[in-house]
Amino acid sequence: MSTFLSTANLLWFIPLVPFAAFVIISVAAFRSRSLSHSLALGAAGLSFIASMIVVWNGLHLPGLAQNPVISQIPWLPAGNSTFMFGVQLDPLTVVTLAFVAITILMIFIYSVGYHNFGAPVGKEDIPGLPPKGAEVKRDGHVEKVPSVEPMYARFFALISLFAFAMFLLVVTDNLLGLYIGWEIMGLCSYLLIGFWYGRESARKAAIKAFIVTRIGDVIMLLGLAALYALTGTLNYQQILASPQTLSMLSTTASPVAGLSWAGLIGLLLFAGTIGKSAQFPLHVWLPDAMEGPTPVSAMIHAATMVSAGVYLVARFFPLISAGWQPGLPLTTPMLAMAAIGAFTALFAASIAVTQNDIKRVLAYSTISQLGYMVAALGVGAYSAAVFHLFTHAFFKALLFLAAGSVIHGMEHGAFHSKQELDTQDMRNMGGLRKKMPLTFWTFLAGGLALSGFPLITAGFWSKDAILAGAFSESAVVFIALALAALLTAFYSARQITLVFLGKPRSKAAEHGIESKATMTAPLVVLGLFAIGIGWIGIPQTFPVLGKLSTDWFATFTGSMLSFEVSEGVSSVPLVTSLIVALGGLLLGWLVYRKVRSAKAEDVLEAAFGSAYRFVQKKYMLDELYDLLFIRPAAWIADVFVSKWMDLVIIDGIINGIGKLGLWFGYVLRNWFDLPVVNGAADGIAGGTRKSGSFIRKLETGRVQQYMAGALAGLAILFIILYSVFK
Amino acid sequence: MDIFANHLLSWILFFPVLGAAALALISSRADKALRWTAIAASVVPLAITIYLWAVYQPSANALQFAFQEQADWFPAIHSSYHLGVDGISLVLVLLTTLLTPLALLASHSIKDHLKAYLILFMLLETGMLGVFVSLDLLLFFVFWEVGLIPMYFLINQWGGEKRNYASLKFILFTMGGSLGLLLAIQMIGAVTGTFDLVTLIQTWPALKQASLFGLPSETVKAIAFWAFVIAFAIKVPIWPFHTWLPDAHTEAPTAGSMILAGVLLKLGAYGFIRLVLPLFPAESNHYAIWLAVLAAASIVFGAFASAGQKDFKRLVAYSSINHMGFVILGVAVAARVGASQSLAASQDAAIAIDGAVLQMFSHGLSAAGMFFLVGVLYDQAHTRLLDRFGGLYAILPVYGSILMFTSMASLGLPGLSGFISEFMVVRGAWPEFTLITAVSMLGLLFTGVYVLKALKLVLQGPLNTSWKDHLRDIKAREIAVIAPLMILSLVIGFWPSWIVQVINQTVLAWF
Repeated sequence: MSTFLSTANLLWFIPLVPFAAFVIISVAAFRSRSLSHSLALGAAGLSFIASMIVVWNGLHLPGLAQNPVISQIPWLPAGNSTFMFGVQLDPLTVVTLAFVAITILMIFIYSVGYHNFGAPVGKEDIPGLPPKGAEVKRDGHVEKVPSVEPMYARFFALISLFAFAMFLLVVTDNLLGLYIGWEIMGLCSYLLIGFWYGRESARKAAIKAFIVTRIGDVIMLLGLAALYALTGTLNYQQILASPQTLSMLSTTASPVAGLSWAGLIGLLLFAGTIGKSAQFPLHVWLPDAMEGPTPVSAMIHAATMVSAGVYLVARFFPLISAGWQPGLPLTTPMLAMAAIGAFTALFAASIAVTQNDIKRVLAYSTISQLGYMVAALGVGAYSAAVFHLFTHAFFKALLFLAAGSVIHGMEHGAFHSKQELDTQDMRNMGGLRKKMPLTFWTFLAGGLALSGFPLITAGFWSKDAILAGAFSESAVVFIALALAALLTAFYSARQITLVFLGKPRSKAAEHGIESKATMTAPLVVLGLFAIGIGWIGIPQTFPVLGKLSTDWFATFTGSMLSFEVSEGVSSVPLVTSLIVALGGLLLGWLVYRKVRSAKAEDVLEAAFGSAYRFVQKKYMLDELYDLLFIRPAAWIADVFVSKWMDLVIIDGIINGIGKLGLWFGYVLRNWFDLPVVNGAADGIAGGTRKSGSFIRKLETGRVQQYMAGALAGLAILFIILYSVFK
Repeated sequence: MDIFANHLLSWILFFPVLGAAALALISSRADKALRWTAIAASVVPLAITIYLWAVYQPSANALQFAFQEQADWFPAIHSSYHLGVDGISLVLVLLTTLLTPLALLASHSIKDHLKAYLILFMLLETGMLGVFVSLDLLLFFVFWEVGLIPMYFLINQWGGEKRNYASLKFILFTMGGSLGLLLAIQMIGAVTGTFDLVTLIQTWPALKQASLFGLPSETVKAIAFWAFVIAFAIKVPIWPFHTWLPDAHTEAPTAGSMILAGVLLKLGAYGFIRLVLPLFPAESNHYAIWLAVLAAASIVFGAFASAGQKDFKRLVAYSSINHMGFVILGVAVAARVGASQSLAASQDAAIAIDGAVLQMFSHGLSAAGMFFLVGVLYDQAHTRLLDRFGGLYAILPVYGSILMFTSMASLGLPGLSGFISEFMVVRGAWPEFTLITAVSMLGLLFTGVYVLKALKLVLQGPLNTSWKDHLRDIKAREIAVIAPLMILSLVIGFWPSWIVQVINQTVLAWF
């Protein structure tokens, strides 16, 4: 028992169970809805239990950062060494595994309700489009109710595959394993964004997500190649826990002027993060990714996959920061991260303020919060970044799931009142607080955590830690993040106010109902985390509460680093964080509490006019990219390479040579053969006949003749060879 | 039993010919008997290959080939019937013997002149296998040509609309290369008095008096080198010698495309690894950078051209140029490093060649699979134009999922075999050709673009309702063709060591 269920074995077990579920559902169980979701949920549950045991064990092993649990197998012979593939448990794995396992299980459970398990099959429903609802007879009259998803089993197969990839990424002990999980998640993301592939918008969004993140991925692959070539390994421990390797990398110059190898590899890897964690300028795919079903948005595009980008830079922080210590100038990759992260945080938050789609607000919010974490790592606030990664996963998953619950309630209302409207547009909502109390309270918990509402939410503690870290390193980053926090609180209040407060602004909102228990139960669980999980990271310098805290989180994750990051003692960041959070929330509520009609112009739009619309159109970046990259690339592919280069130039030359041969034969015949030899021997003339007509003659015969000809040709070849060399 | 045990390679090599002879005796109206005879005759070489794989012992000496056979053939010119394999050729023999029965199984829609078709296929298999197992240059050349002619007829007789143009282009291009190849082989034979590859690898590179007809030694070697390179470059094909490929692939019958992409292209790359690198180390080293540039051009332009196609089969055809570019990039690394004394450099070369050989195998699986799936669709729809499809996932769920899987194998998704090989090539190439490798990543990005373009236009989007009652989902017989390819791709992606081990041990002996 003890050896079979050892921590190392359990680590292998965690990703493999969902993979088995994926295979079984795809090959055998896809005809049965209940069997499919039972397999998926069972696997997620087993992985969850295994993860919790592993996390528990990890918490009780002393010196886990220095002596991680490792298990390896020989995997790929490469040259004179063998690439070892393994699993590893260290503090970063413990923390990541904890939030990944919990959110994945909750989202799996939620999906059962979200896809209307147990509801009737809709007559008009076809695979590839969201269910349109079914008509049932109840109490003598016909009523329209939601119908079950036609591709129910496929959904659970795909999210199981996703769970496998995410768990693999977390438990693996090497960068290649991480990359494998990373890319399989990319595939799942593509397939799940395009889950309703029949919709033009979903198809476009899926491809956009895959290609935009792939830009980062192919650059990241170079980072893998470089690191592997220089160190002969991609194993975390051998690279990141070895001061010699790190100092070799940070002191050897790379081919790029002014950059050490550590700097170059850091930047190459960070490119992967820019794609996966949707950082500027590759953030454009994430808002469109909201085309996928809401559990997908919650799991892949909020809690887990997009977090993987931050996990990557956190994991490679020792390499990225190689040669840096608090007080020294930041390394190039850190500077890049600080700049891009802070800019993204502010930039995305500004767009979130202007969006009306309930999920798009959250999507931009995710981009912004990921920017927070990236910026935090950039300024060296390692523990704070990981802490925010941890808390954000809970409250953002919660917000998405609650938003999905709202949309469900709205859809129900729309069916009931036979009103055709956009059920995701917040302007059509309002007053849902009374109709959907559980959803409201949990959404409120998530929204307040996102805003960083003081003391009682998890988001406050992690955001405060980041602001404190930024304050001690860079004023610019600090100001950008503080402004972003203000906007965050503002759009959170706007969202809560527009959706839940006031009076209903549509018939659908009037008739909205609370979702089923399979959907609300996960909300409650995640809500508790969104409130309470921050208390494990209260800094000891915090007034009053700090005395009671051990600041467990920072100590635990900080043990991954070779140096201590001092906690700021200044009260400026704390005061700032209180002001922006409370101020933003209050402002948002004040501005939006009086919206009465779904048709009314947004208050800010009325105030700022075209500037507002420019922001609402995402700063026209999609249009700009289309002009700068997509059209030229399409032209190069469709016209330049396919037509000009291949058909005109290369084939032109080939056909030219062919024509030249024909012309030569013609000249020979007409100017030499006929006048000079002039029928002396018809046989000779036949030999100089145009090659074209010769071939044509060949092609008119029967196959048997050809084969006879081929064999004869071969025989002649043999005879010639034999007689020449005899 | 000795006649069997001592001549395993000959049995693999000539069993298809026996099969062809058997087919010749069967009535051309007995369709079923013909098909099953052909499949049975191609399964035997596969079985023997699997046996070879099981008993194969790698050797630390690169010139110590396994399962060697030698017999007099042209004693007058010192050319002998010399066969043998090492880890590199064994992998390709496995690929050939695996794909041939699958291609035959995929030939269900062939109804005209079935007997001739099957006989040609059998001869084709012998030709391809002969190239991989020959250890004599003349023998190599003979098999090279034997493989060429059946393919010409397969395209010309059973191909699509523009088959005449395509087959002529194919034969002229390849013959153009072959002429040089024959010339070069004769030059080597005339200078050294032997065609035996094992002997030549030891003597030819160091030979100082290679003059012939008064030409200086360097010129003779340079002519031979370029003749080899051009012949193989056309076969791979390397950009800009590639324009025969989209035409030939597109017009060939489904099974022909499977073999053409799956195996025939590998003959060229194999020629580079088996002949060019060992026989011309100095020249290879000198021109390695240009080979790398052309490899990158193949990767990038192949991907762009693929993304620009409107015909599904042409799109898949162009993808071969993109993927074979990685094989050549790996070869270029080895060419550059050569017999370098530096441990790091020889590691780069070893890993790059490991990757190149595995890439041949991976591409064999994925390209054959893609061509097959295009064929399944074409057989029913009678069109390959991408914009005529749309939303087919809704009516062909199983086919759609299989196409998705195979496309991802083609894209080189991690977890499938193509990724392992591309990663190894990139890893090997990065230290030697840093900039060129970085540029190749553009091709890797556009691999995603063309793969997703095909999936988008075929499977996704609003359903083109005109297909609703005209298409059926994939049949069990068709799944039997594609399943082995998918399983192998997945197995290698998750557990590469069983095959890379075999390649790597041989490669280590070379570098």
